[in-house]
Amino acid sequence: MTDTMLIGIDGSKAGEHAVNFAVSQAKAGDTSLVLAYVVEWSPYTFNTPEENEQRHLRRKEEIKTARERVLDPVLKSLESQGIEALGVVRHGQVADVLLQIAKAHGAGQIVVGRIGHSGIKSLLFGSVGRKLIQLAHIPVTIVP
Amino acid sequence: MKYIAISILLTVFVLCPPAAAFAQDAGGGIDQKIGEIFGTVFGPFVSFIFYSVTINGVSFPLIVAWLILCALILTVYMGFVQFTGIRHSIDLLRGVYSNPEDAGEVSHFQALATALSGTVGLGNIAGVAVAVSLGGPGATFWMIVAGLAGMASKFTECTLGVKYREEFPDGHVSGGPMYYLSKGLAEKGKPGLGKLLAVLFAIMCIFGSFGGGNMFQGNQAHQMIANTFGIFTDTGWLFGLILAVIVGAVIIGGIKSIAKVTEKIVPLMAILYVGTALVILIANFTKIPTAFGLVVQGAFAPEAIGGGIVGVLIQGLKRAAFSNEAGIGSAAIAHSAVRTNEPLTEGYVALLEPFIDTVVICTMTALVIVITGAYADAGGMTGVALTSAAFQSVFPWFGVVLAVAVLLFAFSTMISWSYYGLKCWTYLFGESRISELTFKLIFCVFVVIGCSMSLGPVIDFSDAAIFAMSLGNVLGLYLLMGTVKKDLKDYQARIKSGEIQRYK
Repeated sequence: MTDTMLIGIDGSKAGEHAVNFAVSQAKAGDTSLVLAYVVEWSPYTFNTPEENEQRHLRRKEEIKTARERVLDPVLKSLESQGIEALGVVRHGQVADVLLQIAKAHGAGQIVVGRIGHSGIKSLLFGSVGRKLIQLAHIPVTIVP
Repeated sequence: MKYIAISILLTVFVLCPPAAAFAQDAGGGIDQKIGEIFGTVFGPFVSFIFYSVTINGVSFPLIVAWLILCALILTVYMGFVQFTGIRHSIDLLRGVYSNPEDAGEVSHFQALATALSGTVGLGNIAGVAVAVSLGGPGATFWMIVAGLAGMASKFTECTLGVKYREEFPDGHVSGGPMYYLSKGLAEKGKPGLGKLLAVLFAIMCIFGSFGGGNMFQGNQAHQMIANTFGIFTDTGWLFGLILAVIVGAVIIGGIKSIAKVTEKIVPLMAILYVGTALVILIANFTKIPTAFGLVVQGAFAPEAIGGGIVGVLIQGLKRAAFSNEAGIGSAAIAHSAVRTNEPLTEGYVALLEPFIDTVVICTMTALVIVITGAYADAGGMTGVALTSAAFQSVFPWFGVVLAVAVLLFAFSTMISWSYYGLKCWTYLFGESRISELTFKLIFCVFVVIGCSMSLGPVIDFSDAAIFAMSLGNVLGLYLLMGTVKKDLKDYQARIKSGEIQRYK
């Protein structure tokens, strides 16, 4: 049976560590990898009419940028190591979306990097890791 | 860089009473002159739009009947959708029917919030006060009735707005009455009439964006700031000039940070406003039955109000229409940006707009004015000054909050209306940089004019311009309501059968 591992990345060093960790695990067994980049977005914000008009375009650009700058380089480097992985870009609240993707792909584990915020910053912005731990129904690994 | 310069300019003017005082000496004459010129130029337009018949010795503007009749007909024709469908509206708003794959597109909530920021504002604060001071407490009742009926008009026009919007190759969308009138009526085999109504609407919307969406806002904001802080009292034109520079910075300079800040603060202000109104109502809960008594009694058997019941009715209906803009067609422009394959979903969401705007927020204002007794001893006060007095009779500090709120509401409404006007302008004159810039510059000039004039000529013109938009729009709604009804039946059937999937 194949085991699926979902890795959340955001272009940071910690995300890179998460990928490296997942790869070391994947090499040991028969594991397929799903890499996800989540664009922070909420359906409950207040926008100007111009922003709404341009939104469809912006979304396309955001997805393109995420693929080109973050996802594709990682996928390429994995490919060169002979590891196949699937890349996903989605909008939403990071933890919620990661859980949705995990469910959709039947993942058995979620791996994310630790975000180096401390104190007030993590209070203000919350912590993806903490939220995942609270809500996930599968094991969550946080890589420092 | 420009933004910083503007901030400094504004700070200097606000913090420098000697400068303001100096400008006062020079300003009074200019204000009056602009007011006079304005009244002469637009007087005939105003009297055409408000052409009235006399019933029982009371003059009744036909345009008000035109709007309310449309709202009532649509209410019945759509099967009272505003009452039967409100649960579905809230489900849509919560994203129950939104595919998670589409996350990142404009949500139903965002489309509604944007449209609301164009309507919630001075109409809810100042307009209500005008209605109550001229029509007595009973005007509130008719305002609520008009608000409830108007939900059906909004439902119809916003559904059409999405259905017939124009999607450009690069992915940006333009929608609104000018598109559904021309495309929808062409489908019905009336391309000539459709084009004519679309152009008529676009012209009136441009006027409306200068009037109710601009001058009325600036005028009331100026009055509020002058009354509260005692600055710019005789120098409306100077206040207007500063406001025009800031508006220009956003719509011409494309300075997003100002708009961003406003869009964040405005909802907070709205919550603060409604919250304070609630506190006043709760603190005076023993007087609420009396207030309701006054409202109902005043609605059917008004005393000492010019025009009797018809007079009260007209005041209520007029202010409701001006505040929630149902049947006017403006909101259809804002709602068209939503990403959905089902135009009906936006109709369902849009019907919440008159409810929040008129039935909730306007009623709050009216009850505060009635309950505090401010309307009875107004002493000639009207508009935002009356609302301010009512709130201040309970919370003396509220005047400052209200002044800031009014300024921000005015600003965000101006930004929204500059967009509506621009969309109509580019519909008529094409989408080019020069044509867009021309419109935006004219828009800024009207900010100055609006702030310079006394309430009378401004309110007359802004009412006329806004109501004029409904001429073509309502006619189009009648001609296209069959299409919407057919789509509605089909949509309801697919909801029932589960073909339209729930995701939550």
